[in-house]
Amino acid sequence: MTAATNALFKTLADPTRRSLFERLCRDGEQTVWRLTRHARISQPAVSKHLSALKAAGLVRDRREGRETHYRAEPQALAPLVDWMGFYSAFWRDRFDRLENLLQRMDQ
Amino acid sequence: MKSEPTPATRSIVVERTMPHPPEKIWRALTQSALVGEWLMENDFEARAGATFTFRAKPMGNWNGIVHCEVTVFEPPRRLVYTWKGGIVQNAPPSSSLDSVVEWTLTRVAGGTRVRMEHSGFRPQNESAYTTMSGGWPRILERLENVAAERA
Repeated sequence: MTAATNALFKTLADPTRRSLFERLCRDGEQTVWRLTRHARISQPAVSKHLSALKAAGLVRDRREGRETHYRAEPQALAPLVDWMGFYSAFWRDRFDRLENLLQRMDQ
Repeated sequence: MKSEPTPATRSIVVERTMPHPPEKIWRALTQSALVGEWLMENDFEARAGATFTFRAKPMGNWNGIVHCEVTVFEPPRRLVYTWKGGIVQNAPPSSSLDSVVEWTLTRVAGGTRVRMEHSGFRPQNESAYTTMSGGWPRILERLENVAAERA
């Protein structure tokens, strides 16, 4: 595992952070205030999690007046998105199982 | 979105020669109960135009469901179905994986050449909104593993 992937894992391993990130992916840019309304934690706690997400490159922030807006940077997940690898392994495994079944069908 | 050129997609191809006749392999590919034994639980219907689903164990936020439609049904040689899955709770609908699985059986000496092509994977450098689909279950699974390792 590379250092970058490791950092992403560490950041997203926290369920609160993961749900904040998922919310930003789903609903688009939002203010800290709006994110706090949905989270069951205080605003400073939300801000702390957002800073961690930002440090990992998973979100970007933008100031507008007194409000800070956050939005997801899902491209940051690219090192983790190895879904061709996932399906390659999946199909190899399924071919083994198919051959196994065909042998049992003989009996 | 629609006006943009379709980005090149990539495929996974698995090919194996199996010491069984095409007719028998065809049964394993198209009889729902048999398919369930080696691929995934399903409500496959053996006809072109049929829609069905594969159901795997949900992983993380992934509901484990793949939506399919049979587009080619030519016994005992060619079977094609669409493979749309990776719907993830709390993720944008566009994160759904839109791909195609094609089976080709060719009689060869001593058995059958079985070829599976899973096509429609988008390049990894595309927006993760679209590439995330297959990745999320994987990511969430790995995250759970990592979390377990560290617990």
